[in-house]
Amino acid sequence: MSSTRRLDIEEVGDVTVAKFVDKKILDETNIQLIGNQMFGLVDEDGRKKIVLDFSTVEYLSSAALGKLITMDKKVKAARGKLRLCAIRPEILEVFQITRLDKIFDIKSTQEQALDGM
Amino acid sequence: MPIYEQFEIQIPSDTAEGQAIQEKIIAAMEAAEFSPRDVFGMRLALEEGLVNAIKHGNRMDPDKRVRIACTVSDVIASIEIEDEGPGFDWNDVPDPTAEENLDRPCGRGIMLMRAFMSKVEYNDSGNKVLLEKLRVTPDETAS
Repeated sequence: MSSTRRLDIEEVGDVTVAKFVDKKILDETNIQLIGNQMFGLVDEDGRKKIVLDFSTVEYLSSAALGKLITMDKKVKAARGKLRLCAIRPEILEVFQITRLDKIFDIKSTQEQALDGM
Repeated sequence: MPIYEQFEIQIPSDTAEGQAIQEKIIAAMEAAEFSPRDVFGMRLALEEGLVNAIKHGNRMDPDKRVRIACTVSDVIASIEIEDEGPGFDWNDVPDPTAEENLDRPCGRGIMLMRAFMSKVEYNDSGNKVLLEKLRVTPDETAS
């Protein structure tokens, strides 16, 4: 169990909003930590409705995308719902280039992500 | 052609060492007034290129080194990254955007490098990559 929290968790009704703490999601160790904390929301806490808020994130690498794909699989396997929001344009371009915008349910703002969750 | 940074260095197979070099190159591009998108793209490409060299090329072997050659001028940022690994067949990387590969975590690093750089070139054995970014002038951005 790590003592460093990489996600800020907030409950909005029955939805869990997880906001990334880091500006740069690049470093391998950090990505591992973030992955474990994200997966814990589903695997350990049994949360079904999750919004990932990217408003702090300025950079992310392909290794981080890998963790998000795994997270999406976990949530789908648990018959839950996952939404991504507040992604800045440069990072949104990363999702578009890799066509991951087709896999993820991406909303512009946290409010929009929470709406109808 | 003013040169903002030019060096050739060998670093151990350690991602923290790679990070330090990355910061040096990014600082030079910022000083040369590359656009924020160019700088973003180079940071991403450097991250992918260095992680590939250190982790996949040298397999984190402390006895193996990564050579980095860098030139940043007011018109181009040119970075060469070479590892001491066996290389790989860069023509044989699965297309990460193909429907059947979309949820597989592979091939995206190279794809992002190609998308954000003006040129990405591997040597035949695949253990050396050249990343080049031409500076986009404000006029070109507007057109």
